[in-house]
Amino acid sequence: MNNEKVQNIDSNTACVNESTQQHPAWYNLKYAAVGIIFGIVFVKAEIISWFRIQEMFRLQSFHMFGVIGTAVVVGAISVFLIKKLDIKTIHGEKIKIADKEFNKGQIYGGLLFGFGWALTGACPGPLFAHIGAGFYAVLVVILSAIAGTWTYGYFRDKLPH
Amino acid sequence: MMEQIQQPWPWYVAGILIGLIVPALLILGNKTFGISSNLRHVCAACIPAGLPFFKYDWKKEVWNFFFVGGIFGGAFIANAFLMSGAPIEVSPALQSELAGYGLTDYSYMLPKELFSFESLLTVRGFIIMVVGGFLVGFGTRYAGGCTSGHAIMGLSNLQWPSLVATISFMVGGFFMANIILPWILSL
Repeated sequence: MNNEKVQNIDSNTACVNESTQQHPAWYNLKYAAVGIIFGIVFVKAEIISWFRIQEMFRLQSFHMFGVIGTAVVVGAISVFLIKKLDIKTIHGEKIKIADKEFNKGQIYGGLLFGFGWALTGACPGPLFAHIGAGFYAVLVVILSAIAGTWTYGYFRDKLPH
Repeated sequence: MMEQIQQPWPWYVAGILIGLIVPALLILGNKTFGISSNLRHVCAACIPAGLPFFKYDWKKEVWNFFFVGGIFGGAFIANAFLMSGAPIEVSPALQSELAGYGLTDYSYMLPKELFSFESLLTVRGFIIMVVGGFLVGFGTRYAGGCTSGHAIMGLSNLQWPSLVATISFMVGGFFMANIILPWILSL
């Protein structure tokens, strides 16, 4: 694995389609507003439920497949319309979405994340929602996830990509 | 109306709302939906340790911390004001399987027998919380995204590498849930 390719993956996994416009910090509150809606949906549709994730992986319930499937369809139609109609941001900027480049990490890392998803019953978003819902033991899981991310950063040059 | 809100929301309501986050973030400021990046930004902000992977201007990604802050707030609101208080419903097949491992508490959306500070001292609690969390952080970064970044954002943008990642998530999850987890839960 040459270093140059790893560096390329670097630039592809952080700070993609970075807006070039500068705004005051409080503009970020609009993202908090979207996050609030997301957090409510997470809890109300039981997406943060360990039991729902176990049902999904045992094919005992359609719920999570329905949630993810509908989200992808709605997202895909939205992205299609944004591109087709050349819709701009509210600040008048052209919308760009960076392509994902394939590397073997999507397989190896994907499998490892799948293991973690089935164990914890949560992907990263729901982990944060549990804290908001007042279930503080999940802090342990989040700290461990941060440690996992850091460990990946430490060993990434040696991992197959 | 309030009664309906207090019931668990059906999958199509959740799916539509989550799908709409994709265009909302794009239109509000050219941001792509993705949550696991925040774990990387925390590393970059707090413990970069000179590693090239964490050497970037994380302050530019501060919007994503606001997004996650919103998730905290939304979850708080939902839990405090929008719940019926009834135990959650779980498929009978799963219930009987979990009962075999002594898991019978359905008062919260995580089994409290597994997710607690005391449970950290048990083998299965430690594996599920600490090893599980580690795999979530390590795996999502290795894969370059999680359910939101790959399965929803990536697939919405018709990116085939995201399809590969999503299939890998599901294969890993099916394998763990059906083959390994039963053994861990019986520890």
